[in-house]
Amino acid sequence: MDIAASPSPRLYRSREHRLAAGVAAGIAAHLGLPVLAVRAVFVGLLGFNGLGVLLYAIFWAVLPVDPAGGPDRAESRRVLPLLGFAGLALVVLVFRALTVDDQPATAALGWLTALIAVGAGIIWHQTSGAATTRRPAGSGPELGNGAGGNAWLGAVLTETGRRAYLLRFIGGGGLIAVGMIGLVAFFAPVGGGIAATMNGLLFALLALSGVALVSAPLLWRIFGALREEREARIREQERAEFAAMVHDEVLHTLALIQRNAESGSTVYRLARAQERTLRNWLYKPTGSPSERLSAALEQAAGEVEDAYGITVEVVLVGSDAEVGVGDRVQALVAAAREALVNAGRHAQVATVSLYAEVEPDQVNVFVRDRGVGFDPTQINGGRHGVRGSIVGRMERHGGSAKIISSAGEGTEVRLWLPLRATPATATTGTAAADPEEGTA
Amino acid sequence: MSEQGDPGVPETGEAAAQPAPLRVFLVDDHAMFRAGVRAELGGQRPPDTSESGREPIELDVVGEASTVAEAVRQILVLRPDVVLLDVHMPDGGGRAVLEAVRREGGGATAVRFLALSVSDAAEDVIGLIRAGARGYVTKSISSQELAAAIRRVADGDAVFSPRLAGFVLDAFAARPDAPVADPELDQLTTREREVLRLLARGYAYKEIAKELFISIKTVETHVSNVLRKLQMSNRYELSRWAADRRLV
Repeated sequence: MDIAASPSPRLYRSREHRLAAGVAAGIAAHLGLPVLAVRAVFVGLLGFNGLGVLLYAIFWAVLPVDPAGGPDRAESRRVLPLLGFAGLALVVLVFRALTVDDQPATAALGWLTALIAVGAGIIWHQTSGAATTRRPAGSGPELGNGAGGNAWLGAVLTETGRRAYLLRFIGGGGLIAVGMIGLVAFFAPVGGGIAATMNGLLFALLALSGVALVSAPLLWRIFGALREEREARIREQERAEFAAMVHDEVLHTLALIQRNAESGSTVYRLARAQERTLRNWLYKPTGSPSERLSAALEQAAGEVEDAYGITVEVVLVGSDAEVGVGDRVQALVAAAREALVNAGRHAQVATVSLYAEVEPDQVNVFVRDRGVGFDPTQINGGRHGVRGSIVGRMERHGGSAKIISSAGEGTEVRLWLPLRATPATATTGTAAADPEEGTA
Repeated sequence: MSEQGDPGVPETGEAAAQPAPLRVFLVDDHAMFRAGVRAELGGQRPPDTSESGREPIELDVVGEASTVAEAVRQILVLRPDVVLLDVHMPDGGGRAVLEAVRREGGGATAVRFLALSVSDAAEDVIGLIRAGARGYVTKSISSQELAAAIRRVADGDAVFSPRLAGFVLDAFAARPDAPVADPELDQLTTREREVLRLLARGYAYKEIAKELFISIKTVETHVSNVLRKLQMSNRYELSRWAADRRLV
């Protein structure tokens, strides 16, 4: 399943160089900064009412563990650097307490929020660690059945059991309560008339945010899992489609070529047909032969290629988007096909050119070979194919056909069809505007 | 790209009465294909009736490369007459080679490039031509035709496959008669358009000359002019062309 990594590198928590939860190491790896600098920033932000802790806790909750991060391994001698950072944090706090003396209310608010966040985080990660590390590494089939509500259930039930589940919610709830009580106790003495209402609002808000804080990681992780699952499924689908195509077409063709190795014409025909299929698959926008002139012409050319073992070089100029494939255009395609068949049958050449030019008011198609050629005056009377299938068909639909050939010089069949004109008016137009005067 | 504003300068080819073999360099990331082309070109004795009636020249494959960096280095050292250039390679492709040789070789490079690709997607082809390739043929070409194309490119002419002619017609056909800022540069003359149409219909240069009652030289001049206009036509034209085809 290594078709393509996600185009933009994701931010992960690092497993390898972590001190605590791997947040700083993960961010450092993502940004290409030294780990020490990121850690220093977190410690420095501590000075702003505990912002560092709060940010760390949020990152911790939100970021998935790096699935490709190797073994779950903490840095060795982790106590020493931790102590170092703790000391540094203390210095920052003391320094801040000594130098700046801003409103104690916001400071308390910040620290309490940070405390709640960290508490919720610890409890959450302690219980769900197994589930979170397994999940991103899981492949498609494992997650395949977990669509919709199933994933919800799965996320809850893959916990290590009821006890952990309880512990988390009781612990989270307790922390929230402590945080809220602390806040209320802190703000209550200030209260007057309007301040009491404000406190009530604040109270409700805090309760809500506490709940959100406890449940946010769960929601976040579920959405992450769903997203990953969807991406994996799309990749899997593309791969399956490609594999089916290669299996159905390419491998069979190669097998047939091996079995017909001594027959040059068969090998040529098979290889050419396969080339055409792959080419269409790779480069061409999918167009149905019943909707687009180019697709219809290419289909006709492909059929003739297969039937007569020749190569048809199809060149189409102009946009055929508005042309559509009605009766008249179908007649044009049929006439072109007949011309190709004649070339394949009689011209004794390997290559035939088919050139179609779409203009706003007309379509010209030229089928040209450099084969043996013939004398049109001798054949026109007797040959039904040319007269009925090419010339007659074009004239019935308001166009015209002209066959230029002489022995040894090859043959060119020129087909012309006016667009946006009823057959009745077009017959007069045929006489007035002979297409050959325009091009040759 | 001013150094190649040389529409139809065939004197070089005719001045040398008994010419040395043409030095050809192959750039393609498929070793098998390189070996095949080398064998076909090497084993090919030029036919007596060259298409344009000139004395046929022998071809000598002097080197080959499979990566952009290697190709650029060797081309600058070997200075071949013609480079056969693959469009798609893992590390940048023919266009990167062309641009690097142009850049590092300065204006002095007389090396000519002929794109030889399995891809006939419009953006690949036009992109390479705009970068300065003198022609474009697909890999399904026969070895005689390939040899003839190499000789023509070495002579300073352009080589258009029918499909390339179709792309060019498409690129310039957006508004055939509407005036543009610089008609000299951006528009094809009626004659050039006729030549391209016949090319797209599968005519050889000789047949076009007969059809239009002009000399083969004139046909080659027209085709070279188309190539020059294609390289110089403005970006606006190209982007509109690409947008029309939903390439961007």
